Amino acid sequence: MNQMKNFSKGFLKENPILVLVLGTCPALATTSSALNGLGMGLATTFVLLGSNVFIALLKNAIPDKVRIPAFIIVIATFVTIVDLVMQAYVPSLYATLGIFIPLIVVNCIVLGRAEAFASKNSVWSSFVDGAGMGLGFTLALGVLGAVREILGSGSIMGYKFIDGDGILVFVLAPGAFIALGYMIAITYRINKT
Amino acid sequence: MEYILLIISAILVNNVVLAQFLGVCPFLGVSNKVSTAIGMSGAVTFVMVLATMATYLIYTYILLPLGIGFMQTITFILVIAALVQMVEIILKKISQGLYQALGIFLPLITTNCAVLGVAILVIQKEYNLITGVIYGGATALGFGLALIILAGIREQLELADIPKGMQGVPISLITAGILALAFMGFAGLV
Repeated sequence: MNQMKNFSKGFLKENPILVLVLGTCPALATTSSALNGLGMGLATTFVLLGSNVFIALLKNAIPDKVRIPAFIIVIATFVTIVDLVMQAYVPSLYATLGIFIPLIVVNCIVLGRAEAFASKNSVWSSFVDGAGMGLGFTLALGVLGAVREILGSGSIMGYKFIDGDGILVFVLAPGAFIALGYMIAITYRINKT
Repeated sequence: MEYILLIISAILVNNVVLAQFLGVCPFLGVSNKVSTAIGMSGAVTFVMVLATMATYLIYTYILLPLGIGFMQTITFILVIAALVQMVEIILKKISQGLYQALGIFLPLITTNCAVLGVAILVIQKEYNLITGVIYGGATALGFGLALIILAGIREQLELADIPKGMQGVPISLITAGILALAFMGFAGLV
């Protein structure tokens, strides 16, 4: 029961983007379509899982004073792994996400979970926490991407359902800010009731 | 001339926050007051110029000759973290006034993705050292410009009657969206 709660909190109650408002840079930059958003979300989830498990394993070996630099090295290692794997196997997605893959390293969610959760809890709970938070992040990115894709280009997952253009501004930079603003407001409303 | 175009492009046309989405967290986090926004902009400019210089030199003279370019991400983030720490210590020693003004913002800068982002972009775009440093400085000014404008608007928003759910982050994001729309008008400039 407890683990279930631990897992599900990342989706709505403590959603990293919609409630905690962490990691907004990739959320805005990579969600011009639903697929890109999901790709970025899954890459971040992998890093989050890896770093959470490793930091939970190493928590007794890392001296308290240098824990932040140590966490950053663990995170950066996993980011490098994702970076090289994506470059090799999904080059087109890698090209679209571009600079935001190496920038996962400064995503506040990853370091935040390492510091707030993995450094104090067991390996298994940290794994569950990483999975929940990561998938919550992916969900938010996927929904934001879908909203922008539907409004902006009249398609979903690449399948077009209207002729001609959509409201182009939603695919461009301003639409990202506006769509995320409304999504956060809606989440606030849902969480309150 | 080439440098002037680069500066205009980095500040207005490809504004780091409003067009490239780098550094959105501090953009939302410290834009409550104009005075804090100015302090943060100063600190970011300072660190970004130094970081661009340091990471460029390390990449060109250490990582490339050794053939370990893939260590880029790890090296850069450590260099930036160390640099921020060093700047803090030096400022504390030599200029109390500047330290008081910028001090509290410095630790926040390590996780500002704009700093790491610019360092990586300079390598990706294959700039040389001078162009890279100018690009870093201009990007930081663009960040400061966007931050100070948003802070000015948010100070006025305090007085407005905003629906409860929209207060705070949502209304700031929508304001930023409209600001980004305005900045798109600069697109034809370069």
